[in-house]
Amino acid sequence: MAILLDVRNLQTHFSTRGGVVRAVDGVSWDVQEGETVALVGESGCGKSVTALSIMRLVAPPAGRIIGGQVLFKGRDLLALSEEEMRHVRGREIGMVFQEPMTSLNPVLTIGRQLTEGLEIHLGMSSAEARKRAEELLGLVGIPDGARRLRQYPHQFSGGMRQRMMVAMALACNPSLVLADEPTTALDVTIQAQILELMKDLSRRLGVAMLIITHNLGVVARYADRVNVMYAGRIIERGTARDIYHSPRHPYTLGLLRSVPRLDEPRRARLAPIEGQPPDLTRLPAGCAFAPRCAFRVERCAHEVPPLGPIGEPGHVSACWEAARLEREYEPVR
Amino acid sequence: MSPSAEAPTATAGRPAAASGDVLLEVRHLVKHFTVGGGFFGGPAGLVRAVDDVSFAIKRGETLGLVGESGCGKTTTGRCILQLERPTSGQVIFEGRDLSGLDLTELRPVRRRMQVIFQDPYSSLNPRMTVGQILAEPIAVHGIIPSARGRRERVRELLQRVGLLPQHAERYPHQLSGGQRQRVGIARALAVEPKLIICDEPVSALDVSIQAQIINLLEDLQAELGLTYLFIAHDLAVVRHISDRVAVMYLGKIVEVADRVELYERPLHPYTQALLAAVPIPDPEVEASRARHVLGGEVPSPLNPPSGCVFHPRCPIAVEKCRGEIPPLREITPGHWAACLLA
Repeated sequence: MAILLDVRNLQTHFSTRGGVVRAVDGVSWDVQEGETVALVGESGCGKSVTALSIMRLVAPPAGRIIGGQVLFKGRDLLALSEEEMRHVRGREIGMVFQEPMTSLNPVLTIGRQLTEGLEIHLGMSSAEARKRAEELLGLVGIPDGARRLRQYPHQFSGGMRQRMMVAMALACNPSLVLADEPTTALDVTIQAQILELMKDLSRRLGVAMLIITHNLGVVARYADRVNVMYAGRIIERGTARDIYHSPRHPYTLGLLRSVPRLDEPRRARLAPIEGQPPDLTRLPAGCAFAPRCAFRVERCAHEVPPLGPIGEPGHVSACWEAARLEREYEPVR
Repeated sequence: MSPSAEAPTATAGRPAAASGDVLLEVRHLVKHFTVGGGFFGGPAGLVRAVDDVSFAIKRGETLGLVGESGCGKTTTGRCILQLERPTSGQVIFEGRDLSGLDLTELRPVRRRMQVIFQDPYSSLNPRMTVGQILAEPIAVHGIIPSARGRRERVRELLQRVGLLPQHAERYPHQLSGGQRQRVGIARALAVEPKLIICDEPVSALDVSIQAQIINLLEDLQAELGLTYLFIAHDLAVVRHISDRVAVMYLGKIVEVADRVELYERPLHPYTQALLAAVPIPDPEVEASRARHVLGGEVPSPLNPPSGCVFHPRCPIAVEKCRGEIPPLREITPGHWAACLLA
């Protein structure tokens, strides 16, 4: 399979009163055609800024992409003109956000919001666009399309609005859909509906997906590969199986251990990751996770560990002690 | 209700605490809100946010209350605290019905019943230091008259929730989310309550911090003999922390049971669907799990379905489910379910 999106050494910084925040600090990863890749991490780890950077939606002057390349089908998106970039957004890369209500225009009908992109990007007539919009609603499981197209976002439930966002993202047959916390605002039974829908459509239409989430559970079923981010960097990457069964970074292991699981006997006590999330304006000189890490050694305090191969091909971890993790720890299950 | 299914500890048709000394009992609690009928001219509607809810919690116990957004779990908590006055029904705390009390009479009760909110940031005054936030309730309730004594107590509270004495000088915005939630917990503890209503106390926190807060809540319960009503939507967290669990759907309790029983033998199709929808962080477990995605969405509480409110989404609903409201029945000892087919 060919590489669809290749992010190389991306760096996005924000100037704040507290100093420069290196929100994305030199990350490299890729998505193959038709593949589902997850970007997982907690608030402030840089996962959403990574997505915004790819779409060139980081708000200046505070936020700036200061380095790297975003190669989409071989073209560097960071080198495109704003005009060219507009063609990429929505047309070639679709987007789904966490809170559909804030990404939909409340005063335009659902129909107008769906047809706008079709008319602009694909040059459809309004009648053609209307017909395609109806098909799209059917595709995402919203029945009675003709009537639904005349309605406004507030007349849709949360789950319906997210379906509508999926329809919008897929409207122009993109080759990649970028979904930032697509189910976080939804109830658990609706979450399952939306994820099943997205995965099913991705398979049927051959669309690659980048799912950004804080919830490791959500992507276990859907992701082919998982990137774990901490403090602006990718600290571990592997297939879903690598990441969930043989985590080789203490942070990944900590995340997996800290959540109670319904398929396991109840533990007497949860195993949290101690300490607080890092202050991005005052990162330690070495590994950013070191202050909270149970495996830290002397070296971690002043040398940043690079992402290096460990275990299965394609499995990489940025930890000096990754080999010790392998020796000392049985798989999580 | 079904008298034949009564356990010795349960009052007619109401699931009571398993045994022992009951601290809080909610009887046939109803809370309706009127909406609309105003500016835009639509007819006024009645939202049945809480519709005949009954349960009891004994001292030292944790009752988990789970359900999806809009199911009435938060309103139930607010009615217990009397932040919302119930439309009908009783809230009996330490043997006394709170629903008839006025504000002055409620004041001493509120000292014994506290709340921890989901978002500690919006529930802490941004202009007060942590020390002031914690000292205020101690002063208001006249627990410690001297300022010096209060400072001492603040230090002790900070230490108890895992913060440092110097945190007393900080403002809420200078703390991380997890630290703010610790302050929220310390504030609840300041007045030495018996019951704490925890309303989604960890859902706004990062995964790595959630476990810290849950462990803290468990430690405090063991040390201080606290009783919790733990309101949450995360079924795995609720299983971890609760002794018994009640599941709500559209204003009603559809199932109550002991923790082990509820998760191992869920009787209500809604509970079963909720449990099936919880993602497991393991690709192989997920791959081997059959995915029965529950169709449809939660109906509007303005216009709830007839009969069993779950019937339009229920995979096993039969004709009678449309017409007959299923009572909450004790199916096996201590395990109650509101399903005609259970």
